[in-house]
Amino acid sequence: MSEANLPLDSSEITEQEVKAKGGTNTFSRVAKYTAVRIITLFFTVVVALYLTVLIANMGGYVDEIRRAQIREDVNQRVANDPAMRNVSQEARITKINEMVTIQEKRFGMDQPFVIRSFKYLWSAITLNLGKATQMTSNSGSTSVRTIILERLPTTLLLFGTEALLLFFTAMYFSLILSRKYGSIWDKILIALTPLSAAPGWFYGIFLVLIFAAILKILPFSGMVDSPPPTEPLQYMVSLFRHMTLPVTALLIGGIFIEIFAWRTFFLIYSSEDYVDMAKAKGLTSRDIERKYILRPTLPTIITSFALLMITIIVGGPIIETLFVWPGIGRAQFQAIGYFDTPVILGITVVYAYLLAITVFILDFVYAIVDPRVKIGGGESKQ
Amino acid sequence: MKSFVKNLKELLKYPSAIAGLSMIALLILLSILALNKYPYSEAIKLWRGTEQDWYTSPKFAQPAWTNWFRLNKLSETITVDSSQHPDYISVDEKSDGSSVIKISLPFTFNADSYQTDLAVYFKSTFKDKKPFVAVSLKTPDGRTIRLKNMAIGTTDTYRISQDKALIRKLDGEQPEIALFQDPESNPPQPLKGDYALEIEGVTFEPGSDINAEFIAFGDVSGIAGTDHLRRNLLIPLLWGTPVALLFGLLAAVGTTIISMSIAAVSTWYGGWLDNITQRIVEINMILPFLPILIMVGTFYSRSIGVILGTVIILGIFGSQIKTFRAMFLQTKESPYIEAARAYGASDSRIIFQYMMPRVIPVLIPQFILLIPSYVFLEASLAILGLGDPILPTWGKIIDDAYSNGALYNGWYYWVLEPAFLLMFTGLAFAMVGFALDRIFNPRLRGQ
Repeated sequence: MSEANLPLDSSEITEQEVKAKGGTNTFSRVAKYTAVRIITLFFTVVVALYLTVLIANMGGYVDEIRRAQIREDVNQRVANDPAMRNVSQEARITKINEMVTIQEKRFGMDQPFVIRSFKYLWSAITLNLGKATQMTSNSGSTSVRTIILERLPTTLLLFGTEALLLFFTAMYFSLILSRKYGSIWDKILIALTPLSAAPGWFYGIFLVLIFAAILKILPFSGMVDSPPPTEPLQYMVSLFRHMTLPVTALLIGGIFIEIFAWRTFFLIYSSEDYVDMAKAKGLTSRDIERKYILRPTLPTIITSFALLMITIIVGGPIIETLFVWPGIGRAQFQAIGYFDTPVILGITVVYAYLLAITVFILDFVYAIVDPRVKIGGGESKQ
Repeated sequence: MKSFVKNLKELLKYPSAIAGLSMIALLILLSILALNKYPYSEAIKLWRGTEQDWYTSPKFAQPAWTNWFRLNKLSETITVDSSQHPDYISVDEKSDGSSVIKISLPFTFNADSYQTDLAVYFKSTFKDKKPFVAVSLKTPDGRTIRLKNMAIGTTDTYRISQDKALIRKLDGEQPEIALFQDPESNPPQPLKGDYALEIEGVTFEPGSDINAEFIAFGDVSGIAGTDHLRRNLLIPLLWGTPVALLFGLLAAVGTTIISMSIAAVSTWYGGWLDNITQRIVEINMILPFLPILIMVGTFYSRSIGVILGTVIILGIFGSQIKTFRAMFLQTKESPYIEAARAYGASDSRIIFQYMMPRVIPVLIPQFILLIPSYVFLEASLAILGLGDPILPTWGKIIDDAYSNGALYNGWYYWVLEPAFLLMFTGLAFAMVGFALDRIFNPRLRGQ
């Protein structure tokens, strides 16, 4: 929608620096811009993670995770201690409690929350996420990091495919439609745009109903058949069949509004004087489209795409839950069911990282396609 | 303000906007109907109701109107209660204080599919000696099938469909099918016509009586059908409307107004204030919205108020604040603001009385478009199991349906009804919003 005309970032420092060194070559400009972006983004991530820790610990949940872990470690050690075998139950409990107190002190549990919160922040930044209370990874580990890392690739596969498909389909159709302004296809698109009011998962329900329940040609859910095919080719086919419905659902949820917004931008830019000039010079429409329309609009389009990507990534848990896609979103849903606090917190942290990486990649692409790297002054176009 | 009214009038030139507005009006009517038909306390009581509230309705029943489109009509739920019809009971008192009570519960079976479950609910009053009943079924072709003899307590249930002895007697067939079959037909067909459930009871104390309620559960029930807990889906469907509208509206109003004020103040003063706002927006962008909501929902409270508050707080610094900022940056340079400054208007006067009213028409379309996205957000949370624990909402219906495998088992109505209402709401606001957008932002949209 209309936020599409705004750049993601607006660090004025970069703008001034770029202006001052207007003459340097593109590569060094992009490199410098990227470096500045990494640093600012890193600080942004740190603050975001700190907020996450604060929100999670408002009810003392992070503390609880720590305490539970310390107690479990002590219990283990006492159980494995041969010297403790013949000691009475009460004596053992007193011993355990003593050791827990010492350990809690060692880990700084007696310190005020402000100090502890920074320790938690550090473990969040380093993805030192503790142990799950209920869930285990496929390999049987209870480490939250392993649980998440194991599921991350499947999530990235689903949303990566979706992102690329959405970007290129939207780009292709919006270019065609901007050429055919006012045609019947254009009118159909405008009529379809309100469909984007509903999120992808919503269309997922209908797709499952039609293609899985009634027509029975595509699977209801999951990532591959069970048992998974051993042959690589069959595995790919099975994966493809399972991916079709979630990807289509996400596509329907996002595509119309994107095509509509981009078509409008192309229309605005194709009525600029320099495009008329290019037409007068007799350039082919392909050249005009590429060099005179696409080039100046790309940064704006990438920005709007970034915003869309973020909506899709953040909406991940729902689509993964509905389609039983074994990614981190689904893990989060399971963790809610088990009330597995460390996993819920860990996944939130990983999502924050994912978002930061998305923003960074798109910023980087932005810097490449917009040679002006004129961040913060982007509004001047409107 | 005048131009604003003029713009609204222009809205009526768009057929989609008129359709959207009438759809919104319909939703508001539906909300009023819901509040009138089921007042809050009653709706909550029924929604959280137990077996007691819902024993008379079937499980997983489709809406009754689906029969209109069917050649083979599905069975409806048949309920005959002797306490409602005293004429069904005949009492023959004996001199020794005992009496013979005959109850005949007539009903008509007219469907092309069988009933799904049969049960008789007895109620009786007595002091020491339990009454005794013999239950039998009279079929239209004159047969009388003996079902069971039993002693009954003050309340007792005879589940005909689960009577092992009866199933053995019927050669292993389910009673709800075998009892309603035409024995002459091959392959077996349902026998339509007037049946009667005959109960012959004997009480052994003066003043003691028996009442029986026969329920033959069907495949269809009511306007909206029922769910796994036999609840009438009409209640959550109706009640979901005001909840969804209110949630969407409050979230949209809350985020838009607060975020607009922040954008106005920070662009007006500029400098470090503007810088901080910008940084907060960036941090907010990295904060994963849904996972944070999930955290709040799991750790603190799932009540709709807490979730609404969190949604607003996280939404304030969303991407829309950048749009507002861009607009205010332009407005700030306008001559009329300079004039206001020249005559010495205070900062707050300029911000709230001169700058903000100027951008309000521009943000109205966005505001309208925000409403459905929050309506869907509420449904999304419900699907993740984070719906309000008390209120009935559309999202909770979909959640229940999904966790009971509605799509696998072919109970499509269960998912489609709330989905239809969600889509209806989404489309209503989206159509109005897009039409408004074309009116208020002609350069961007109309060309």
